[in-house]
Amino acid sequence: MEYHPISVTELNTYIKGKFQEDEYLNNVLVKGEISNFKHHYTGHMYFTLKDENSLIKCVMFKTYTPHLDFVPKDGMKVIVLGSVAVFERDGVYQIYAKAMKQEGIGDLHAEYEKLKAKLEQEGLFDKMHKKPIPFMPKGIGVLTSNTGAVIRDIINVSTRRNPKVSIKLFPVPVQGQGAAQKIARAIEIMNEEKLVDVLILARGGGSLEDLWPFNEEIVARAIYDSSLPIISAVGHETDFTIADFVADLRAPTPSAAAELAVPNIAELTLKLRGYENRLKNALSKKLEVMKLRYEKFMKIAAFTNPMQKVNESYMVLDEQTKRLVNSIELKVTEKKNDMLQWVTKLDTLSPLKTLTRGYCMANFHGKLIKSSKDLKPGDEISLRFADGQKGAKILEK
Amino acid sequence: MKEVKFEEAIKQLETIATELEKGDLSLEESVAKFEEGMELSKQCSEIIEKAEKKITILLQKDGKIEEENFVAEE
Repeated sequence: MEYHPISVTELNTYIKGKFQEDEYLNNVLVKGEISNFKHHYTGHMYFTLKDENSLIKCVMFKTYTPHLDFVPKDGMKVIVLGSVAVFERDGVYQIYAKAMKQEGIGDLHAEYEKLKAKLEQEGLFDKMHKKPIPFMPKGIGVLTSNTGAVIRDIINVSTRRNPKVSIKLFPVPVQGQGAAQKIARAIEIMNEEKLVDVLILARGGGSLEDLWPFNEEIVARAIYDSSLPIISAVGHETDFTIADFVADLRAPTPSAAAELAVPNIAELTLKLRGYENRLKNALSKKLEVMKLRYEKFMKIAAFTNPMQKVNESYMVLDEQTKRLVNSIELKVTEKKNDMLQWVTKLDTLSPLKTLTRGYCMANFHGKLIKSSKDLKPGDEISLRFADGQKGAKILEK
Repeated sequence: MKEVKFEEAIKQLETIATELEKGDLSLEESVAKFEEGMELSKQCSEIIEKAEKKITILLQKDGKIEEENFVAEE
């Protein structure tokens, strides 16, 4: 009879396959205590999860470790999410952890929700209480730790946006016992001193416990009572602390808070130049329009040749005068002719003409004698000849 | 003269520029608006230029606040 043994590798591969087929093992949520914790220099975390009776090996690869909101330590009670799989080389099964939470954090969550609901009901989050952030603050007060990346980021971003920025750092502890009281007091002092016109309350990312001071009522009330507008920038973009809800403006990160508080001077200067150009262009356009209108007016005859109309009038006047004169002259000529006719006629009718032919006129006492009966002997008459007159006496009957 | 608020000045500049661009104003009004706008812009520039870089740390000493220059550690 022949044996058909399989190799160790084949066996482990087979077992690995069995684990992989199991849906439940691919997605387990296990609670336990950490022991034998090692953070390997490669970035992976190796530890054992145990309870009173049992233990299991765990590994968390470095892809997942950045998402942890705490630093694991031996003795910590945690909940691990991951899959159980076989490591063929060693013939062991272990948990490949994807996420891990500290057990007991749930209490903080409940407290957070309770305080949030209470303050919300009191109206501390109301929009009507939010103060506007000054557009061009003369001084910016920053409440954060004087060490670490947060203040550095704020200074860097602020000076990049405005090289002449004025920042006053009021150092405060941002985690641990007593931090909340100190933060609240710092807000009060900044309000009393009036050295700045906006405040940034900032902290880098951390666990819920780390961020806890920003979830405390004393800080919330100090923010609410502040007459200086406050920009909050606590933790990462996904972290919402109670301070964020009460603050006048919430920035997702400390750098973003600096961007919200400090105007970009280069952009502003450009904007101002833009307005100046618009004003200049608009005015020269106006002048151009006025010039065109002026030129159009000046093209009207009255402006180009103001004497034309006068000259035209003169011409009309001249013509009419001429016509008037003509008509008068005509009349005069007519009358002259008439007169000449009359004079000729008169001449023919004149007795003087008859006299030249040898006749003479007899006058008696200035009266022309037309009948012999008008005279009696002895009357002295005057005879008128063409060339003069002579006296005569009537002799007989 | 009254202190110019930057944000208001920018808003006013926008209004003035728009008004002037419409071209409905008389020449005298246009010139007046132009001068008003240029003055606002000048005042804004002065606010920017007059500012001084100052990064300080406020320290509590004997109940008083003292201000010292601050340089963030790298």
